[in-house]
Amino acid sequence: MNTRSGFQVAALLAALAAFAWQASATDGSAPAPAFTLASRAGGEVSLADLKGQVVMINFWASWCGPCRKEFPALDQIYAKYKPMGFTLVAINVESEKEDAEKFLATTPASFPILFDPDNKVSGSYGVSAMPTTVLVDRQGRVRWLHRAYKPGDEAKYIEQIRAALREKA
Amino acid sequence: MRAVRIAGLLLVAAAACGCSRVEPWVKPYERENIADPIMAWDRDPVSSSYMRHVFEAREGARGALGASGGGCGCN
Amino acid sequence: MRVQLIRTAVIALALLPLPAAAAVLPDDRADLMYHYYDGGGVTIDGPSLLVRKKFAEKYAASANYYVDMVSSASIDVITTASPYTETRTQYGVGFEYLRNKVTYAAAFSNSSENDYEADTATLSISQDMFGDLTTVSLFFTRGWDDVTRRGDATFADEIDRRIYGVDISQVATRNMVLGLSYETITEEGFLNNPYRQVRYVDPDAAVGFSFEPERYPRTRTGNALSLRARYFLPYRAAIQGEYRFYTDTWDILAHTAEVSYTHPLDDEWTFDVRYRFYTQDAAEFYSDLFPRSDFQNFLARDKELSTMTSHTLGFGVAYEFKSPRMSFLSRSSLNLRYDRMRFEYDDFRDISTTGFAPGTEPFYSFDADVIRFFFSGWF
Repeated sequence: MNTRSGFQVAALLAALAAFAWQASATDGSAPAPAFTLASRAGGEVSLADLKGQVVMINFWASWCGPCRKEFPALDQIYAKYKPMGFTLVAINVESEKEDAEKFLATTPASFPILFDPDNKVSGSYGVSAMPTTVLVDRQGRVRWLHRAYKPGDEAKYIEQIRAALREKA
Repeated sequence: MRAVRIAGLLLVAAAACGCSRVEPWVKPYERENIADPIMAWDRDPVSSSYMRHVFEAREGARGALGASGGGCGCN
Repeated sequence: MRVQLIRTAVIALALLPLPAAAAVLPDDRADLMYHYYDGGGVTIDGPSLLVRKKFAEKYAASANYYVDMVSSASIDVITTASPYTETRTQYGVGFEYLRNKVTYAAAFSNSSENDYEADTATLSISQDMFGDLTTVSLFFTRGWDDVTRRGDATFADEIDRRIYGVDISQVATRNMVLGLSYETITEEGFLNNPYRQVRYVDPDAAVGFSFEPERYPRTRTGNALSLRARYFLPYRAAIQGEYRFYTDTWDILAHTAEVSYTHPLDDEWTFDVRYRFYTQDAAEFYSDLFPRSDFQNFLARDKELSTMTSHTLGFGVAYEFKSPRMSFLSRSSLNLRYDRMRFEYDDFRDISTTGFAPGTEPFYSFDADVIRFFFSGWF
């Protein structure tokens, strides 16, 4: 019985090991769903206002470890590419602002922070992982979607941003 | 008990065969409460594993006390 | 003569837990704990150090150092032997590798005391699926124990142990997580205690009974199934309920039920309270008093195999802070946990009492205090 059980377990381990999940996907060119959200800096920001620029949308939450780790890298990317017609908006998905404000007090960000407390925008973008990063081109189409964040992913972001920046509006 | 074991293995095998098309009914951005540290099954492994040792050394029953999963579901 | 009361074997594996979540490795952390147990004439205390660190968010290593300093004058010791002190030392290491949504883990530990040596190895695989709502873990543990006997150089024996386990964790709603665990444990070898005795009616003895060595089967297979649920209360607290069913080939049947409540206060304090209930039926070959010597094939008088009930009431307090002196720690906490346990035996008698005819002594029971005091640092 021990050998047979051993084989059963080994077979299962092999089956599980073969299971792979894709961390990122490239999308075609569907128009990016419109949104208008309250901004941390005051007022509101609409996606329509940003047409003509390359926009990177990052869905994040303060309770999500990889999201927190990603912030410094996003800050660097924003500072470097903003002069070239790029902007980055970080949409916070938490139902209340309190925890996000606590996090931002210790990890300041220079890019706009928007709030999506009822998760309508997260739903319209089909966010299926935390964090999720979406690249929208100058014509307002979703060009690239990246799920999750591991150190080193920012190189992929930069690659996509530079390709989108080279395109005409 | 052998039937239970085989059923358990079949369940796990079914789960492993790429059934990722089920739409999650709790979206990743709705996991705020589940990701809260107080919702962890085991907040202090150094203490809980010691208590497991205290019980298993004095009682006849052993096992099935481990727990993993829940959490933020990130990445 | 000494009595080896603590079965160190299964314990060795318990100190390196399963990986917590398959998609993200747990944070780097070090815990230093002082543990203290006092009950039934036994006092055990000592340190436990647990450190874990991850690398590139892909690999993690952990290590554990644990010591039990035992001072034992338990009911078995004082009725069949003499009080003793002993030290048991345990080392453990673990490794984890996270790839996509699968965590592979391996762990090894060694427990050593002067008459018992236990080596344990565990392999596990853990995966998130169904939109990260479900986590399935499988693990396999193998144990090798060497049993010897103080004062008897001719005695040496072994235990071979195999454990298979499945853990399924399911996010049920935004506020509730469910868990199911199943484990099967098979042991072969010398499963009893080389010092422990059983007693039988002996009209020739002054007290009316005599002792002889216990005799156990050389195999034991047990199965355990547990269910648990943890619920997030809207004012920010958590409540958990858990039930475990256990049965084995020695005819032991056990039920375990536990409820616990966690209440944080501000961002610094966390309070825990829990109640645990345990009950079991005796092993098939157990008896407190056999009618005569060599009464049957297998003989046991280990109270751990008797019909018993235990109640545990536990409290915990944690204080979280940022230490200015240890700036390499992103946060720290001081924790104190106290449990009060009561063990009641329905067919194990207290033979340290006098003035009773054999088989009419009062049933044994005792209370125990368990304290854990530990510092945790995240880095």
